[in-house]
Amino acid sequence: MSHSTVPRSRAEAQTTGAAPRAAGPPAGERPGRKPSGRLGLRLRFRRDRTLILMTLPAVVLVLVFNYVPILGNAVAFQEYDPYVGDNGFAAMLRSPWVGLQQFERIFADPAFWDAVRNTLVLFGLQLVLFFPVPIVLALLVNSVVRPRIRAVSQAILYLPHFFSWVLVITVFQQIFGGAGIIAQTLRRHGHEGFDLMTDPGIFKFLVTAEGVWKDAGWGVIVFLAALASVSPDLYEAAAMDGAGRWRRLWHVTLPALRPVIALLLVLRVGDALTVGFEQILLQRDAVGPGAAEVLDTYVWWNGVRNQDFSYAAAAGLIKGLVSVALVLAANKVAHLMGEQGVYKK
Amino acid sequence: MSAVVDRTAPERAAPEARWWQAPPRPVWEEKPGRVGVAGKGIVLAGACLAVLFPLWIVVVTSLSTRHTIDEAGGLVVIPEDLTFIAYQELLSGGQVTRAAIVSVCVTLAGTLFSTAVSVLAAYGLSRRGSLGHRWLLMTLLATMFFGAGLIPTYLLVQSLGLTDTYLALVLPSAVSVFNILVLRAFFMGISPELVDSARIDGAGDWRILWQIVVPLSRAVIAVITLFYAVGYWSAWFNASIYLSDQDMMPLQNVMIQLVQKQEAPVGVSQAIKTGQVSGLAIQMAVMVMALLPVAVISPFVQKHFKKGMLTGAVKG
Repeated sequence: MSHSTVPRSRAEAQTTGAAPRAAGPPAGERPGRKPSGRLGLRLRFRRDRTLILMTLPAVVLVLVFNYVPILGNAVAFQEYDPYVGDNGFAAMLRSPWVGLQQFERIFADPAFWDAVRNTLVLFGLQLVLFFPVPIVLALLVNSVVRPRIRAVSQAILYLPHFFSWVLVITVFQQIFGGAGIIAQTLRRHGHEGFDLMTDPGIFKFLVTAEGVWKDAGWGVIVFLAALASVSPDLYEAAAMDGAGRWRRLWHVTLPALRPVIALLLVLRVGDALTVGFEQILLQRDAVGPGAAEVLDTYVWWNGVRNQDFSYAAAAGLIKGLVSVALVLAANKVAHLMGEQGVYKK
Repeated sequence: MSAVVDRTAPERAAPEARWWQAPPRPVWEEKPGRVGVAGKGIVLAGACLAVLFPLWIVVVTSLSTRHTIDEAGGLVVIPEDLTFIAYQELLSGGQVTRAAIVSVCVTLAGTLFSTAVSVLAAYGLSRRGSLGHRWLLMTLLATMFFGAGLIPTYLLVQSLGLTDTYLALVLPSAVSVFNILVLRAFFMGISPELVDSARIDGAGDWRILWQIVVPLSRAVIAVITLFYAVGYWSAWFNASIYLSDQDMMPLQNVMIQLVQKQEAPVGVSQAIKTGQVSGLAIQMAVMVMALLPVAVISPFVQKHFKKGMLTGAVKG
């Protein structure tokens, strides 16, 4: 068989033209430098064409479905009419250009500002009420020493992450809805029922609670991994120095979690304007747009429902641009704080 | 055989003889107080119960007879004479059966496609210094920082003529760059000597991928496959905007109509009207159908989750 695992010398491998890995370049060579730079372009192509071929399907998919639509954002500067062409592209070529008119309309629309406010409020709520839960749960699970109990509770806590939003919301309906188990029990005992699922006043808390139910358990994984990498020697040394349970938590455990917490915070802030599109869309009708409209559903409503494509694309473009700025800003802050952030400087 | 048993037996007996007995603590660690242990136990049990109790209600109600449901005034907590009539009704043809078949097919085909494309791309990008490596990687990475937006994507899918085809449920979200990065990071961790020696023996990249890299990466590929499968199984939004024919809808979309809008599924409504089966049991049965595959499969992949979550995230 050709995949025999008899190791031969690396030098031999290199002379036969196999690409040396960055993992093991000879000492003295700078790691970032491509060792194959001395080969001609044609030779490198012949050597690497299989690799390029393998990458192509993914790259083509990404180019078509992630890059091409960026150009499609041009409709935001048009009065796009889907009926002037046979398909979207043809219609785009024939639609009139209107400059920044769509943006002026958006900024004058009180519903847009409602959506902005709802989005920001939800982001704040999720940050305060959701973000700490996985950390606490991870500390809790980590302190369970019996392996079987640990594995079973992890399996249970991860489970809702794999449920669809449709399912999660339906499950919440069975508990907190007008026909849910709580309202049903109350009514049986002569009390008045209630329906939390259609109450605009508490909708934002409901959305946050659904998020916690679905994903807080899943968030535990990252923190558990960080906790597992803390050397037990640190705890022992701290205990020898007289640090009790809580002081060890404060001075050993939490500092170990700091980089992970910083990274997740950066990611979350960079994604601040995305607060749960599918989740909120599914409940938008039940509570009404006043409380439930966020930027993403605002785009959906105006574009997909009202077929006002240019207007919706403009709103989407605003959101997209602000999001990119947020990602970059969040990373900058992380770098300033001495953390790594999403990408390196 | 006996030699093996002899060698492992004392090891096994020592640290965890019974699963409810805690492994020994290091000498420097204080013995936990009773209140602390009880408190932790209650919180953890409460968290697990918060996940399991709603699922319990859904499953029990789906299995209850019309009589039990009427008696309880709706949802059933304590099971009493169970019946599979709701499932029989749903699976005997009609809207839900068709939707379930659609969901299974889209999930299988989509997962196979996505996983294959991702594994290929991850291997193709796993050798630093190969031609175009930097540019191809950047092309993929950049998409993690921006989204093109819903409307342009919608118009593109329309322009490509994908609306009202199942391709619209697969292609626009077929590759997750994050998953490719996870796989790539794992592939790059495979010992280069192994790959190099195979190359010297004349194996090409296809052969190396299939006979060395993939077998060594089974765990992480399993996790990525699960992620893709769950994504396809849970998806409903693309179907709701790209499909107009109700007969083509996958299970999640039918569930929205059924449970959220309280409509009876086509083909079962007769059975509900004649009182053979409770409408509520039907709704709950659809929910169970949607959650069962996920709940059954994901625990098996659980021990590999950490690998899938972290290898890519940290190394980038």
